[in-house]
Amino acid sequence: MLSQFLQFLFSGITVGATYALAALGFTLIYNASNVINFAQGEFIMLGGMLAFFFMQSGLPLPLAILLAIAIPAVVGMLLEKLAIEPARDAEVVTLIIITIGASLVIRGLIQIWLGKGAHSYPAFSGSEPIHLGGATLLPQSLWVLGVTALVVIALWYFFSRTLAGKAILATSCNRLAAELVGINTQWVLLVSFARSAALGAIGGVLLTPITLTSYDVGIMLGLKGFVAAVVGGLGNGLGAVLGGLLVGIIEAMAAGYISSAYKDAVPFILILFILFFMPRGIFGAQVTERV
Amino acid sequence: MRVLRRHSALLFLAGLLLLLPLVLPNNFYYDIVIRMAINAIIVLGLNLLIGFAGQISLGHAGFIGIGAYASAIFPTHFGWHPLVAMAAGAAIASAIAAILARPIFRLKGHYLAMATLGLGIIIAIVIKNEAAYTGGPDGMPVAALGLMGFEISGEKQWYWVLAALLLFSFWAARNLIDSPFGRALRALHGSEVASQVMGVDVVRYKVAIFVLSAFFASLMGSVTAHYIGFVTPNIADFFHSIELVTMVVIGGMASIYGSLIGAILLTALPQALSTFEGWETVAFGSILMLCMIFMPRGLVPTLTARFRPNEREDP
Repeated sequence: MLSQFLQFLFSGITVGATYALAALGFTLIYNASNVINFAQGEFIMLGGMLAFFFMQSGLPLPLAILLAIAIPAVVGMLLEKLAIEPARDAEVVTLIIITIGASLVIRGLIQIWLGKGAHSYPAFSGSEPIHLGGATLLPQSLWVLGVTALVVIALWYFFSRTLAGKAILATSCNRLAAELVGINTQWVLLVSFARSAALGAIGGVLLTPITLTSYDVGIMLGLKGFVAAVVGGLGNGLGAVLGGLLVGIIEAMAAGYISSAYKDAVPFILILFILFFMPRGIFGAQVTERV
Repeated sequence: MRVLRRHSALLFLAGLLLLLPLVLPNNFYYDIVIRMAINAIIVLGLNLLIGFAGQISLGHAGFIGIGAYASAIFPTHFGWHPLVAMAAGAAIASAIAAILARPIFRLKGHYLAMATLGLGIIIAIVIKNEAAYTGGPDGMPVAALGLMGFEISGEKQWYWVLAALLLFSFWAARNLIDSPFGRALRALHGSEVASQVMGVDVVRYKVAIFVLSAFFASLMGSVTAHYIGFVTPNIADFFHSIELVTMVVIGGMASIYGSLIGAILLTALPQALSTFEGWETVAFGSILMLCMIFMPRGLVPTLTARFRPNEREDP
């Protein structure tokens, strides 16, 4: 009984950590530019697919991982420079369509280059399961959790202790005021896109040995990352992390105890209920709208 | 003058639809025109919601799916008449829209996008999973649409059915926009608070337009299902919703002509791109991005502003 529960919990937290990274990516971009980046899921896919490609072509593991994170970061910057920047003042729907267009381009290119098949590569430190309270935990899950925790701590440090981090926070509070005190807001946008692309890619690189990857995994992962970001209250970094874990755990529990066929529907049912009762997410700030 | 122009647009469209069969060489082209008309009718309804009332919906394909599967399931499994099934589908879609509209429209911006997206995805997953009724991911065949012994079959008959439906929708949408109802919608897009102060029941109008667009989406889902004779869950999926929203935005938000142009262009585009073997997705995505970067307001409003700079755009 308990061991089964633990088992679901472990798999939920592992997937949830990836959602948390994706949700953090949504949050970073949303804070810097008010854009919801529907291409976020494609960065997760890029991370996994590129890592697979570089390992297959014989690069050592660390180098392959580095490239699989660096290239999506560059793609993120290109997306900002070429597509978001020129359309800055457009309406929400227009920006949503631009990022969806970008996700189609990225997905299409990968499909042409690496084909439609599903791929994987060996886990980083073996696949001998660890037994814990009657349940088993894959070493790769520890990688996912450990790296996610490190990333969250690094981001927290960056935003609360460094000047560059504070410049980004200032930009998200008030772009014009930030410009007036001499912050280069264009640079802030570029860095935010690069960083959230890298976050997504990290999630993809870590998760692939557990769940496989293919050119089209980005859609669902991205949408669930969006759910996680909204659960946490859009723009709230800590909320995004907790939202990601919550979505992952509830999804795994529902798959285990209720119905695995409806696993993918669970995050969306959850978000509808949350939004109906808490229109700004669980951890969202109460704001009064000014007319 | 204005009255004359309104009717001239309607007459022009009627004339075009009457003469079009003279130049359509074969059933392949009929098929494309029929699909354009189906999309145009859905997009007219969706544009009322997104363009005029300013409320985004990223889950509209869900309502189309409800209509399509109602027309597939009720006649096949329960022996209902197709027209009754069609009405039942529209009633279910409208009921879901009506029940969810109030909580959903308390949300704004990205939260609204999230909620409608979620709703659409849930409907698509239910369709995919209830294989006993829906045939699962493989889909299921749909009975022919008949009335008093006469069955609509073949591209040419369907063409006239859809031409009539399109003309009616065009006429209805234009009238609606110029009615007090339409003015209230546009007012609440401009400023909700201001329109509330002026006595517009904001929530009631949002609910009404959401239900109306869901109703039309479901009806056209049924028509699509009968026309093709087969339904698959793709009709309800996220990508279809995005396609429809893209038609609205590329044609031009809050523009009736824009809805027609957007539907025509985006229905034709995949056909035109099919020569790019393998590169269709990349080409489609690039075109979406370029259109939105260089014409963020959509084709019709942008072109109107360029060629008739002094004239207010005619909705």
